[in-house]
Amino acid sequence: MNARAAVGMPRPDSGPAPTRVVVAYGFWIFLLSDIIMFSALFAAYAVLYRQTAGGPSGHDLFDLRHVAIETMSLLFSSYACGLGLLAVERRRLSAFYFYFALTFALGATFLGLELGEFSTMLAHGAGPSRSAFLSAFFSLVGLHGLHVSAGLLWLVFMVAQTAYRGPRDFVRRRLLCFSLFWHALDIIWVALMSMVYLMGAR
Amino acid sequence: MAEKSPGEDQGAPRGSVALYTVGLVFALLLTGASFLVSQTHWLWGPGVPAGLAVLAIAQMGVHLVFFLHISTGADNTNNVVALAFGLLVVTLVVSGSLWIMGHLDANMLPASAIMEMQR
Repeated sequence: MNARAAVGMPRPDSGPAPTRVVVAYGFWIFLLSDIIMFSALFAAYAVLYRQTAGGPSGHDLFDLRHVAIETMSLLFSSYACGLGLLAVERRRLSAFYFYFALTFALGATFLGLELGEFSTMLAHGAGPSRSAFLSAFFSLVGLHGLHVSAGLLWLVFMVAQTAYRGPRDFVRRRLLCFSLFWHALDIIWVALMSMVYLMGAR
Repeated sequence: MAEKSPGEDQGAPRGSVALYTVGLVFALLLTGASFLVSQTHWLWGPGVPAGLAVLAIAQMGVHLVFFLHISTGADNTNNVVALAFGLLVVTLVVSGSLWIMGHLDANMLPASAIMEMQR
């Protein structure tokens, strides 16, 4: 007799959830905690964005054409990642490699543009130590950039693992987690694009 | 009741490429709308931040539903409950910080006055 029945609890109509569901749920909890961390930095930015200490403001610094290209790279990167995940689920490995290469290329484009933007700002004396606004800006946008860099490393690692171990269950679970991470970064970018760049550039 | 993981789409195999594509189209439309709202005078000036916030929240919703496959179906309860708790904490952190810091800013003496008092 099973323990649930012994204490009079209703029996679930199936056994424990499959590992894939449990792993993805745990990773979803992690992503939500990551989003909460970002929300603290968003709050700091919202409090500080007017405190430019006589230095440049968002209106002087942000180039919206640049932001539009960054947004498109990250959005299409997210789309390619989703298609790559579907391909590996159907054991279409060459399509998977193609889509993940595309994901990497677009993610790297985004990162390159962001680093270019940061170095231009630093060259114009608008570094994180210039004003409270710029400290908040660099922590918030820089943390997102760090996440994207970590994501790109993870992507390379996962492609190597898929090539080496084949699309086994545990490899596909990790690929699912990676795709969730990548989509979550795109969600955070949407908030950055609207709240930081589009509002700041006005 | 089968459980479902985030990112999982158990529809017809072809349907899911369509799902990602629909999500992409919605995301592109909303991004375009955000840029238009911020760059043109279609919206009343002081209403632009609110417009941008609405568009951003709508686009985040599109990403959640079409890319992360978080839906309100019975098989998705755990994911939605976790999301709801996350949103609660995010709301408390952001609105609480703005509220408290706004009042602090309004009630604090200017730096020169504080220096004067310490003399």
